Amino acid sequence: MAQGATDPRRQQHYYVPPPMPWPIFGSMALFLMVLGGVFVMNGTSAGWISLAVGAMVILYMMFRWFGDVIRESESGTYHGWEDMSFRWGMSWFIFSEVMFFAAFFGALFWVRVMSVPDLANLEHTALLWPGFEAHWPSAGPAFAEKFSPMGAWGIPAINTMLLLSSGVTVTIAHFALKQNRRGRLNLFLFLTVALGVLFLALQVYEYGHGYADLNLKLTTGVYGSTFYMLTGFHGFHVTVGAIMLSVILARCLSGHFKPDHHFGFEAVAWYWHFVDVVWLGLFIFVYWL
Amino acid sequence: MSAVVDTHGQAHGDDHGYHPSGIMRWITTTNHKDIGTLYLWFSFTMFMIGGAMAMVIRLELFSPGLQWVNPDFFNQMTTMHGLIMVFGAIMPAFVGFANWQIPMMIGAPDMAFARLNNWSFWLLPFAASLLVISFFTPGGAPGVGWTMYAPLTVQMGVGMDLTIFAVHLLGMSSIMGSINIITTILNLRAPGMTLMRMPLFCWTWLITAYLLVAAMPVLAGAVTMTLTDRHFGTSFFNAAGGGDPVLYQHIFWFFGHPEVYIIALPAFGVISQVIPAFSRKPLFGYASMVYATSAIAILSFIVWAHHMYTVGMPVAGQLFFMYATTLIAVPTGVKVFNWVATMWRGSLSFETPMLFAVGFVFLFTLGGMTGLVLSLAAVDIQLHDTYYVVAHFHYVMAIGAVFAGYAGVYFWFPKWTGKMYDETLGKWHFWLSVVFINITFFVQHFSGLAGMPRRVPDYPLMFETWNKISSIGAFGFGIAQFLFLYIIIKAIRSGEQAPERPWEGADSLEWTHLPTPAPHHSFHTPPVLK
Repeated sequence: MAQGATDPRRQQHYYVPPPMPWPIFGSMALFLMVLGGVFVMNGTSAGWISLAVGAMVILYMMFRWFGDVIRESESGTYHGWEDMSFRWGMSWFIFSEVMFFAAFFGALFWVRVMSVPDLANLEHTALLWPGFEAHWPSAGPAFAEKFSPMGAWGIPAINTMLLLSSGVTVTIAHFALKQNRRGRLNLFLFLTVALGVLFLALQVYEYGHGYADLNLKLTTGVYGSTFYMLTGFHGFHVTVGAIMLSVILARCLSGHFKPDHHFGFEAVAWYWHFVDVVWLGLFIFVYWL
Repeated sequence: MSAVVDTHGQAHGDDHGYHPSGIMRWITTTNHKDIGTLYLWFSFTMFMIGGAMAMVIRLELFSPGLQWVNPDFFNQMTTMHGLIMVFGAIMPAFVGFANWQIPMMIGAPDMAFARLNNWSFWLLPFAASLLVISFFTPGGAPGVGWTMYAPLTVQMGVGMDLTIFAVHLLGMSSIMGSINIITTILNLRAPGMTLMRMPLFCWTWLITAYLLVAAMPVLAGAVTMTLTDRHFGTSFFNAAGGGDPVLYQHIFWFFGHPEVYIIALPAFGVISQVIPAFSRKPLFGYASMVYATSAIAILSFIVWAHHMYTVGMPVAGQLFFMYATTLIAVPTGVKVFNWVATMWRGSLSFETPMLFAVGFVFLFTLGGMTGLVLSLAAVDIQLHDTYYVVAHFHYVMAIGAVFAGYAGVYFWFPKWTGKMYDETLGKWHFWLSVVFINITFFVQHFSGLAGMPRRVPDYPLMFETWNKISSIGAFGFGIAQFLFLYIIIKAIRSGEQAPERPWEGADSLEWTHLPTPAPHHSFHTPPVLK
């Protein structure tokens, strides 16, 4: 079924890698970043140093660890059996990401269906917040300022088109790779990255617009919270996806991947489609309805 | 399966070249057995630390009034005891078993992602350090309870942030570990090892890993919202901004109830290996065990609000969650009856692993029964947040999961080390544990029914007798665990050589196809199964 899993007969040997030091680098880096982050959040600016050192260590770790894996892949260490592990692994990783977003979508639905209407019921309006009416978008009963919600049919609609198009271009790139048309592969992969970057640029502009013109901030009650946290985590995932696509593009340009052996490419493409689907959920439930 | 001992793969692993020794061996290892050992020692260390906190709790509760610690520190103890025992002790213990056993049981050369496996473990000590560091920050560790309910969490000090990030790291570790286990089981089984021929321990872990991948990211989301509510002005759990503290409880328990089965299912798996071995009969109703495990996993996602009956939910909601919860008694009952039926007319012997397993069946069932009592909304409204609840979940976790862990250690110890533990001392460990732990927790049913609330450092005089008895039991159980440490160290240092097949009734691959002790690399090429 899978590209790369060309040999239907079971291999006799599964590749078990030798000991490596990179995971401990990753743990130390996360530890430093977390400690630094806690210091910064609580007003000790020295935390930035720890945060920066941690970030550099984790970048170094990724560079070395992924470098090892790419070298192994290019030298033919992985065959169909290992390839199938990668497929299972990536699928379940994406499932875990889906569940992470599910928590935030769950919060959005709860707020819209339960908590905001409940705050406008008799008990609360009689005792706590007289005159509060349930409507969406809402920043809650205690939020006095005026704000405007983000409309769906401006930048968000354009962004939807951009991401959907990038899903098409990455698929064209994949077909080109399978047909070994490298020029076409590089072109369409480049287009995919460009569409992703354009999406992010528009997203940044949209945030600026929200803060400057709409008085829509992260602190704008629960509408601001759900809006910025959902689109923000999505934007973060697009950023990661665009970086991963860029790495894949760089590898394509250096002649990596074969028509029948390119799971690195496919994994990133899967991830990109996942980000795409999450965006559709955002467009419908955060912007549109 | 063939009983021929076959040692292929012993001499020629893939890891020629880089062979660090000393501490670097453990830090850089990609070997599932090394990593399993690390998990198990880490887990036991955390068990002792979390246990020490339990001792502080029981010391303070020995008498009414405040004598040893102030209420704030008492709250920190209950919080950290819960977090450390759940995330630091019980879960890593069973991941340790998974690491050691799953590749050997399915005839795989190692875990599917050996390097990721290393990272899954090595995140844990750093996460645990964050929890410990939180005690030394201004305001100390968070005293919010292990469930970390908003809005209290929004008001806590620096220690809360450290705890939130510790939960993030623990979640990452669990997710990576689970993806590894799922992939190993789905992709690395030896030819002929069909899913329905796998030892039940592998099945329970496959389903547990699925629960972890589905539930841990949700917890990460919940604590992330707590973090942004604390520092970045969001209003997820703030009614003034249109949010809702109850939202936290829904998200948390959407994770929290599957978490209960994340802890229980691997314990069921261990018990399902031990009981057939010492009954000298195959497991009764293997297929029904698989289906029951799957049913528990599916149901676990639609029962979460039974933790929240008193929060103010519509009666229709209470009824739905009550019926769904009581439904879980059916697959759990299937399991208990299958274990009993396995023993029925078996040729039983009661070595230490079997003692712990039988103890598990009795006491876990008792904990399950009180769970059924608590699942009834009308009853729970009376018993909510009383010591009855404390007794209930300690019967399933502190007794159920811990006893299964001990059963597993004694059972597989000869395979892991090639040494036998001291059977007499092992039996002492069991009997001391089972007597003292019941003294600790059985009486808590009574104090709970009488209305003693949980998470309080002080209580009215009427509860004194029950609390004194409970504390004495806890001290006894705590001391008895040092006996376990002694038994293990003694066995490693000077234990008798274990025979090739120490338990003649055990018939999974690690017993039939590998020598004792198991070689560092097993099944370099897949074994031949008949």
